[in-house]
Amino acid sequence: MSVLRTGHGRGAGTGDRRGVQDGAARAARTRAALVRGALMALPLLFFAAFFGYPVAAIVGRGLHQGGRWQFGRVGDVLGDPAVRHVLWFTCWQAAASTALTLLLALPGAYVLARLDFPGRRLLRAVVTVPFVLPTVVAGSAFLALLGRDGFTDSLLGVRLDTSVWAILIAHVFFNYAVVVRTVGGLWAQLDPAQEEAARMLGAGRLAAWRRVTLPALLPSVAAAALMVFLFTFTSFGVIQILGGPTYSTLEVEIYRQTAEVFDLPTAAVLTLVQFAAVLAILALHGWTVRRRESALRLVDPARTAHRPGGPGERALLGAVLAVVALVVLLPLGVLVARSFDTPNGYGLAFYRALGSTDGGTFSVAPWQTVGNSLRFAAVATVIALVVGGLAAAALVRRSGRLLRGFDALLMLPLGTSAVTIGFGFLIALDKPPLDLRDSWLLVPLAQALVGAPFVVRVMLPVLRAVDDRLREAAAVLGASPWRVWREVDLPMVSRAAAIAAGFAFAVSLGEFGATVFIARPDDPTLPVAVARLLGRAGPMNYGQAMALSTVLMAVCAASLLVLENLRTPSAGEL
Amino acid sequence: MRTTARRAVSALALATAATAVLAACGSSGSSGTDDGKATGSGGGSKTVTLVSHDSFAASKSVLAQFTKETGYTVKVLRGGDAGAAVNQAILTKDHPRGDVFFGVDNTLLSRALDNGLFEPYTAKDLAHVPQDVQLDAGKHRVTPIDSGDVCVNYDRGYFTAHHLAPPQTFADLVKPAYKNLLVTENVSTSSPGLAFLLGSAATYGDGGWQDYWKQLKSNGVEVVDSWEQAYNDRFSGSSAGKQAKGDRPLVVSYASSPPAEVVGVTPEPAQSPVGVATGTCFRQIEFAGLLHGAKNTAGGKALIDFMLSRTFQQDMPLQMYVDPVRDDAVEPPVFVKYGAKVDHPATLSPDTIAAKRDDWVGAWNGIVLK
Repeated sequence: MSVLRTGHGRGAGTGDRRGVQDGAARAARTRAALVRGALMALPLLFFAAFFGYPVAAIVGRGLHQGGRWQFGRVGDVLGDPAVRHVLWFTCWQAAASTALTLLLALPGAYVLARLDFPGRRLLRAVVTVPFVLPTVVAGSAFLALLGRDGFTDSLLGVRLDTSVWAILIAHVFFNYAVVVRTVGGLWAQLDPAQEEAARMLGAGRLAAWRRVTLPALLPSVAAAALMVFLFTFTSFGVIQILGGPTYSTLEVEIYRQTAEVFDLPTAAVLTLVQFAAVLAILALHGWTVRRRESALRLVDPARTAHRPGGPGERALLGAVLAVVALVVLLPLGVLVARSFDTPNGYGLAFYRALGSTDGGTFSVAPWQTVGNSLRFAAVATVIALVVGGLAAAALVRRSGRLLRGFDALLMLPLGTSAVTIGFGFLIALDKPPLDLRDSWLLVPLAQALVGAPFVVRVMLPVLRAVDDRLREAAAVLGASPWRVWREVDLPMVSRAAAIAAGFAFAVSLGEFGATVFIARPDDPTLPVAVARLLGRAGPMNYGQAMALSTVLMAVCAASLLVLENLRTPSAGEL
Repeated sequence: MRTTARRAVSALALATAATAVLAACGSSGSSGTDDGKATGSGGGSKTVTLVSHDSFAASKSVLAQFTKETGYTVKVLRGGDAGAAVNQAILTKDHPRGDVFFGVDNTLLSRALDNGLFEPYTAKDLAHVPQDVQLDAGKHRVTPIDSGDVCVNYDRGYFTAHHLAPPQTFADLVKPAYKNLLVTENVSTSSPGLAFLLGSAATYGDGGWQDYWKQLKSNGVEVVDSWEQAYNDRFSGSSAGKQAKGDRPLVVSYASSPPAEVVGVTPEPAQSPVGVATGTCFRQIEFAGLLHGAKNTAGGKALIDFMLSRTFQQDMPLQMYVDPVRDDAVEPPVFVKYGAKVDHPATLSPDTIAAKRDDWVGAWNGIVLK
């Protein structure tokens, strides 16, 4: 069964060209290595300066106390059964959340990528909206749905709040889009002719899917799973609100030790534990994906989409729409409804209040935070695209441990506590040449740290799917590396780039953890403004928080629709 | 393929250009503050920087008044909750980010003072501030600015409907009549939660509060992680809690929550839907101090003086829902009409809090959460 062309793993495909071309090939390889090094330079510098250095500074501050290193604390903290319990819970809830998200979202990825039905683009944007919502706000909606007299209680007589199920369902809500966009991005471009060919050769529908489509999708499924895992691994607000005080994750503990108890040595050890766990997961991911990525035939997504045909596909479409309605739209609806539910009946009072500075929470009117957020997110997206795009280009060919280490380094920020990054920025970036404490750039830089890994993970499977022989052919014909990239890679990846940009933008728009610690004069972002409003008693504050959250949803959905339309219609066609 | 590539490139270029414009707006938007910083290193700066927590708020007109009186413009940096903001200030004490820090309260005061965060300064109008809130009266490293009481709040409607008198004291809360009615916050993650524990410790003593909490637990106290969740989701008396179908008519919140519940409600109700159990209160006092190593000491001193002025003190209640510390400050009518008068709040010295806090939090976790 070799409908798929064989991969371009290390050494593959060089045997038949040995001989005359040997010297030229070696020269080309040297040149490729140099290009790769150059591509890696900027991302490396970025991560060293804005991740490695700040995190090392805050961990170092914790472990180096009273003039000497406190490595004894490692044993103390790890020996604490309570800490081991937290570590265990953190890992298993992340694994369970990831599995549940994949289970519910993979059919969604197919439907939104392959089936053509009215409102598809809108739906794709809408499922991404949860991604930007502050967890406090969404958590509150889930409490209303899963708690007393909520949806599940009145319908089934089951209360799920403060149970693990509430946490898992909320994690699906937040991460549904990760799977739909990451996997769907590739799925839409897979040539259906390959699966059809397999069936023509006698394979059953399931066998053809299992042996042709599934292996082709695996790298992007693994990438999506990795991101969902890292996101839920560092879950904070959801655990606090829906789990109650009895459930705690490493992220919650690190926050507590850093921001409340001020026990920096313990926080430092916990941060190292978090790193170790994340590195283990990255190793597992690398091991799963390695050698499974292969060159694929990518085609125009418009060509692969078809109207749902047959009862099977119509049932699938119905099921996916039902899941989206229950898990995504219903909670969003609760929040929107609350934003209109004023003390004096349904109306626009909360939205009108957003325009006034009387609330006292800010010296600017709350709606002005929309502008702040858009500006920061736009800058963060560009940074993430440049850094992530260069990194992905450097990682296209997997050769050697060094490159794999580089790949892992890029993913680390996703699995790092926001409070570690926020506090790290504060103590590390305070002197020349990196005196950025008072600079507005600090916010988009922190946001780009979370956005860039998405760019890498979305673009890499597609870039690696580009048949290397196309690049070689172009190079042999005398094209410069830049021209090869522009003529071969760019057209194929522009769709992935648009998806990655959408992700980076949504991530930046919703980033709260690190942003909240980066104190800036009077330009709070939308999520920070929502948190400030929620922290005050009274119907007007709470209502404005709901109204502002609704604005955030609308801004997110609109931006994603614009980004999707920015894409060139026939990109990816060859 | 060629045209596709060109189109993709031009789309990318367009996006980049758009972002560059946005970025330029961003930098020009904050250039004012950058100018301030540039002159800040000189010493004769016209900008004074206030470092605070996320709850800090002041009317624009009041800050403008300060500029008019002194010539200084206030730049406010807010980062995280009170605990996070104090910890950040300690981490950056060798290279402070501003001139004045506001928002360290009596539960965190020892940590800030022990770390040498502040320079002594005796504020101009200190004579107007009662002695009992001047917790650093000997050295004047910090100046009291506001106080607020953490108290059990009750849902007036619930107790009327059930013909039940609302609880008033700590002792009331463990009575069977109030079984399964109270929601409070995790003392490890919430400052009102911690204040409520400290209040019980002040009332029952170092050796007695554990027993009290065991009784509270068997009387069905619910614990959530944050004030937001307790008050906005679980409490049945707040407007947010009503929407969220909260079913706990008692919540650990603030004495200022009742007036907050009527702001923006028309017509003005006769009573706030929320009442205060005045015998369950613990007093939090917030301080401001001149940061050690401040660039603009003169401006910082002027700002601390201003924060004790009647203008600022009378603006605070509706901005931050706290009480002024100044004895001649007039509270806004909504506070007078709907606020609760707390005469004898529980208190503990900052030294006792610093010495006992970690042990108490640990013991509380063992009793209530396990």
